[in-house]
Amino acid sequence: MYLTHQSGKARSIFNKAMTFLAGSLVVVALIPLLAVLSYVLIKGFSRLNLDLLTKLPPPPMAPGGGIANAIVGTLIMVGLASVISVPIGIGSAIFLSEFSHPTTARWIRFATNVLNGVPSIILGVFAYAAFVVTTKTFSAYAGAAALSILMLPTIIRTTDEALKIVPQEIRWAALGVGAAKYQTVLQIVVPAALPTIITGVTLAIARAAGETAPLIFTALFTQFWPNSLSQPTPSLAVLVFNFATVPFKNQQELAWAASLILVLLVLTTSIVSRFALRRKTY
Amino acid sequence: MTHYSPQMATQTQDKLEDTALEAVNLHIHYGSFLAVRDVCLKIARNQITSFIGPSGCGKSTLLRCFNRLNDLIESFYIKGQVYHDNQDLYSRHVDPVLVRRRIGMVFQKPNPFPKSIYDNVAYGPRINGFKGSLDELVEQSLRQAALWDEVKDKLKQSGTALSGGQQQRLCIARTIAVQPEVILMDEPCAALDPISTLKVEQLMNELKKQYTIVIVTHNMQQASRVSDKTAFFNVEATDKGKVGYLVEYDDTVNIFTNPRETYTRDYIAGRFG
Repeated sequence: MYLTHQSGKARSIFNKAMTFLAGSLVVVALIPLLAVLSYVLIKGFSRLNLDLLTKLPPPPMAPGGGIANAIVGTLIMVGLASVISVPIGIGSAIFLSEFSHPTTARWIRFATNVLNGVPSIILGVFAYAAFVVTTKTFSAYAGAAALSILMLPTIIRTTDEALKIVPQEIRWAALGVGAAKYQTVLQIVVPAALPTIITGVTLAIARAAGETAPLIFTALFTQFWPNSLSQPTPSLAVLVFNFATVPFKNQQELAWAASLILVLLVLTTSIVSRFALRRKTY
Repeated sequence: MTHYSPQMATQTQDKLEDTALEAVNLHIHYGSFLAVRDVCLKIARNQITSFIGPSGCGKSTLLRCFNRLNDLIESFYIKGQVYHDNQDLYSRHVDPVLVRRRIGMVFQKPNPFPKSIYDNVAYGPRINGFKGSLDELVEQSLRQAALWDEVKDKLKQSGTALSGGQQQRLCIARTIAVQPEVILMDEPCAALDPISTLKVEQLMNELKKQYTIVIVTHNMQQASRVSDKTAFFNVEATDKGKVGYLVEYDDTVNIFTNPRETYTRDYIAGRFG
């Protein structure tokens, strides 16, 4: 009996062909990512300088300028949205995974998935009706509220998953030495799940930073520094949306540069979250 | 040497020995499913009692009744009574958290917390409001668990980085640190190699001077080596599913050399099923 490879066999040929096909499809799948990244890099790189990060957008036809107000606006609104959604999201997930009845949990998970599936433009319209119409002004508050609704399902789902991964035996062990339920959850289970929870939160933040639709209706945009949370506030995503479509070359270049900054922000958060994941417990 | 019948032996010992745990007509249910039926059993203080029997006979389920760990399962309920020091553990006035502080548990799979070795041992005393030198208590518990010499220079390292046998002894140290009265062990050596198993068995012999130990094991040599008394459980199929029940409970010597029941004899001899 021969145990050596017989390269002429149909089985071998099929095996090699399928491996090659799967490999080529991976390359095809990676093309858009590389194309987008390199295009943004090429187009945006020429304007990547200190002015970009420190100056206000110029009026039409004027040269130079930057996108500093939009960077600040994005940081403010995403920060505010995180302050709202992180405690609510993690709290709900803890209730969901550790305290709720299985039937209740199934409904909450279903509701979370539905919320996750709601298109972001609808969240924008909702926030417009709920916060802009009632207060009669576009504001950073309204923008942050819309973003926080967007972040909530991601945070709940990833935290829920992170808590479910923590082995049941660890909970028993804590209860076995006389820990009450809340002690078990807060002192043993949540710390064990923390790296994965952090990853979920950074993912939610990265997603919120790049969203345009909820902000167009709520925070709007200004050419100036954001000086109050209850006034229209610029953001990178809306700046890209506004500037990319105007017929002025300077504005178009700024839109590309803003895209690059946005991509870098999102990329940095993903890398930070990977770093947190490396220390994961389970 | 006078030959006692097993019946006589149990009767005399009931009078002589102090009872730490007792199950009286205990039925264990999961929803409409009866898992274990009608167990009557007294567990003597400062002795090692082992539960043996085929898989699914409810020995682990019964063990978890003694520290109310089954409470975590939604559909679980019991009929009958479980006593610890003459207190009904399932009385509505009893706080299961306090029960678990007095009746500790070691699990099948070593399950140290993802914390440092020191914090693993110190966690129980801390949450129980221990006043005194925590350092001393940690050292004493680790010494009792025969782990101190191996870990004394690396108390800050993670407990999960230890070997399986060391992890299990860490879990025992963690249980001892709370200073319980009873230690329940659910197949504590199932995931360990023979050398670690030997260490844990030697440890149990040391520990029984201070604690009452109940151990569930699939290893019959282990039961015969370490335990003073052995309870043999069996499982029978009924139209509503498999129900576990206590077949025979006696001194380990009698169970292994002169069992009363044919089932026990067959199981011990490996002629089962």
